[in-house]
Amino acid sequence: MDCKNAQTLIAGYLDRELDRVRSLEIEDHLHECVACSQVYENHQVLSKGLRTGSVYFKAPPDLQKRIQRSVRQAAKPESTPRWLSWSWVRMAAPMAAAAIALLVLVPFLRGPSTEEMLTREVVSSHVRSLMANHLADVPSSDQHTVKPWFNGKVDFSPPVVDLASRGFPLVGGRLDYLDNRPVAALVYQRDKHLINLFIWPSSDSSDAGTKSETRQGYHVFHWTRSGMTYWAVSDVEKSQLQEFVQLVQNQNSPTS
Amino acid sequence: MEEKDKTARFEQTILPHLDAAYNLARWLTRNEHDAEDMVQEAYLRAFRFFSTFHGMDGRAWLLTIVRNTCYTWLHQNRAHEMTTMFDEEIHSVDSDSSNPAALALRSADHQILRQALDELPVEFREVVVLRDLEGFSYKEIAGIANIPTGTVMSRLARARERLKKILCGQPKEKL
Repeated sequence: MDCKNAQTLIAGYLDRELDRVRSLEIEDHLHECVACSQVYENHQVLSKGLRTGSVYFKAPPDLQKRIQRSVRQAAKPESTPRWLSWSWVRMAAPMAAAAIALLVLVPFLRGPSTEEMLTREVVSSHVRSLMANHLADVPSSDQHTVKPWFNGKVDFSPPVVDLASRGFPLVGGRLDYLDNRPVAALVYQRDKHLINLFIWPSSDSSDAGTKSETRQGYHVFHWTRSGMTYWAVSDVEKSQLQEFVQLVQNQNSPTS
Repeated sequence: MEEKDKTARFEQTILPHLDAAYNLARWLTRNEHDAEDMVQEAYLRAFRFFSTFHGMDGRAWLLTIVRNTCYTWLHQNRAHEMTTMFDEEIHSVDSDSSNPAALALRSADHQILRQALDELPVEFREVVVLRDLEGFSYKEIAGIANIPTGTVMSRLARARERLKKILCGQPKEKL
């Protein structure tokens, strides 16, 4: 064993992480080599010093309460109904008028469809991912790092394709929550624009063609294929996002 | 899962690891206020994804989220620190002139030890914190930091070596 190897293995030996054979090898080396046994002794002293807990930072006493509050707040379904507050009582008359108008108009109006609601959710999620330090839980440009990261976090395995050679490098992946379920979010990049690709198993098994929409300046494409629902959203030019969508679809089709 | 049950179960299984979460965030951000914000954000994310938590080790699960939250923040707010090259390899084996007794004395002073650990690149700092302060196994550290177990070992070796040199006051360019 040379000293260069030994110095790495010393860490594993010190932490009792080596198998028996390796341990015996390193013990032999430490008996022979003064330099390495000195390193071992020094690292042991350091590790011991750190383990005494003298440099451990305990959470400040009020942090637990602060977190408990914010978690309980997040657990509340959609906060307190605003129409109960006093300022709204003063608006009772116009509201009554509006209610009557609504009653009259209701037969001609339809509420937002599920698709429309989902578009809103997807765009909000995209915007949130850009502003709240939420971009990637697993920052990596390697599809073989990103894909297995989802194991045990979602109950499906999202297809992760490598499009770096086509000008859409992978930035990473994260867990998100859409359509009342945890979904996989893959983040790609085109120049300075980020693309979020959300993937989750679709509720019905039939494929759906690609649909696109623009909302608040963000382009949204969505489709269903092989039992998975895909939503791509970005502020990149529409033609470029379309190119991205086609690449994803080609790479994921079973014939390719 | 009922929302109320979920909150209660979350508080029971994840909240007790608050010290570990704070300790890691404090060492990664090197600032107490940022650490508190990171921990709060990580807890909210953990709560959101609590349905994906299936009876594994709660501390390791939480620290993975804390670590990711901190790294995203570091990339956005401390990009210059993240681009500092850190050397994964052991290139040469110096003759070791440090004396274990002197080193023990230096590392017994927690202020000096804290300062030395603060000086390590973040990739080294995190493995030392997870191993020596939290006592995680290499396999658990590999899962939290998303690196192979072999890399955990080599980073620890490098980290301890650098820590020793900082504590022994060797000139910076030799680190």
